[in-house]
Amino acid sequence: MTQCVRKINCIVCPLSCVGEITSEDGQIQTITGFVCDRGKKYAKEEMTSPKRTLTTTVKVLGGALPLLPVVSKLPLPKDRVMACAQYLSTVSVKAPVAKGDIICPNILGLKVDIVATRDMPISQKS
Amino acid sequence: MSQRIYDVAIIGGGPAGLAAAYGARQAGAESVLVIERDRELGGILQQCIHNGFGLHKFQEELTGPGYASRYIKLIRQDAKIEVMLDTMVLEVAADKSIWAVNPKFGLMQIATKAVIFTMGCRERTRGAIRIPGYRPAGVFTAGAAQRMVNMEGYLPGKKIVILGSGDIGLIMARRMSLEGAKVQGVLEIMPYSNGLTRNIVQCLEDYDIPLYLSHTITKIHGAERVTGITCAAVDGKMQPIPGTEFDIECDCLLLSVGLIPENELSQAVGVKLDAITSGPVVNQLRQTSLPGFFAAGNVVHVHDLVDFVSEEGGIAGKYAAQYARGNLSAPVRTITVTAGTGVRTVVPQQIDVPATVIEPVRLFMRVTQPDKKIAISITSADQTLVSRRLPVAKPSEMIVIEMPASKLEEAGEQLTFSIQTQ
Repeated sequence: MTQCVRKINCIVCPLSCVGEITSEDGQIQTITGFVCDRGKKYAKEEMTSPKRTLTTTVKVLGGALPLLPVVSKLPLPKDRVMACAQYLSTVSVKAPVAKGDIICPNILGLKVDIVATRDMPISQKS
Repeated sequence: MSQRIYDVAIIGGGPAGLAAAYGARQAGAESVLVIERDRELGGILQQCIHNGFGLHKFQEELTGPGYASRYIKLIRQDAKIEVMLDTMVLEVAADKSIWAVNPKFGLMQIATKAVIFTMGCRERTRGAIRIPGYRPAGVFTAGAAQRMVNMEGYLPGKKIVILGSGDIGLIMARRMSLEGAKVQGVLEIMPYSNGLTRNIVQCLEDYDIPLYLSHTITKIHGAERVTGITCAAVDGKMQPIPGTEFDIECDCLLLSVGLIPENELSQAVGVKLDAITSGPVVNQLRQTSLPGFFAAGNVVHVHDLVDFVSEEGGIAGKYAAQYARGNLSAPVRTITVTAGTGVRTVVPQQIDVPATVIEPVRLFMRVTQPDKKIAISITSADQTLVSRRLPVAKPSEMIVIEMPASKLEEAGEQLTFSIQTQ
């Protein structure tokens, strides 16, 4: 049996509780130090399946600007965020692009789309 | 240019200026001009590609460009709002004529009935904090680096040290990591970070980036290009402690060491500034010390949430429109708002009470130091008019307190905000 204690800094509200999760063989035993249930829920998720929204840029061809900002439509598994960012650094799109356009569907098979967060018109320079 | 006289001219097309333009039109301004020096509207939001904007205003998490686009759409579909891009304002005169220049029309004189200053703020630079050492390439302000990485397509370095742990510094630590750079560490001179806990967790801890609290840079190394820095722990007076120095290797140093409202134009025309906020002294209508000149957003005081910048822009727009249309009623008396014990700033600094229809006033304040379980009280002539308890307060998080109209009527010539610890 391996017992593990992990400190988790809650981000749900400005109180910023620092709590502890004790687990044994990956099973959560106790959650302490959070003043509300939202904190406990957050800590549990951070422990079992942490997720993060990814924002980055992709290259634009023929656009008014060289880069297009994009966002993952849903949060991605935290341990895949870097791989997604690396993959997106190889992606390029052609202008024009409209805000909300899907730039990369189902990124790395994670069932999450990457979408444009702004319009990108065609370059006016010839 | 035409000889027309605009109702309202707005200097700066960032979040404050956009909200001001919209607010002015909603309040009946017939012609509005937005002057922007950059190539597009949106201001600094366009380079803040991360999410977390708009939770107060739109009840959803938007990215910077996403937030900006909501306002840009409103502005662009209104034919009575004119936008001048690539246009730099050189001077605003006391008669409200604006001298501006752009590549298309050259020098222009613009006439308007009301002016709104929404120029935002600038980053403090290396010069402002006087770091000793050579002057090699590779030292950038965090915001300049953010624009390079997110909009222009350049990486300012591959091995990064960041000075300052405010939200911009933290956001850039994550951004540089996602772009493949190695962030060696974030240094903070204060014993606490001024960033949101969320950013400490998601921008530093997620990427195993060390945060050195109570540390500062004592030397920058490198002749042509930065090769590293020496840092040291600081004492209670923020002075480096001899013997605690250590070196960190880097090819790029990002400075996230504070923002200063950009008030060259407002100051030159004679607007009175507040020594603490470095922005104009304003009343609850966001009118400055000069009638017909309004100000909103980071030019007044540096905000942490764009939602409140938009709110202020909307207020300035509304009353600038009323001023231009001759509908702004004259105040019967003035209440001075002051920051007392534990309070660093309060905006507006003054409340001009009209003869009729008193509206509630929302006041934006900052505390001087982080604390838990505090009470904020607003007193006038030893009488407590409003008090509020807060479980936690940080200097980096602006606190909004609403003063009901009835309480304003009770108030004397001065209102004092102060903090009591329980």
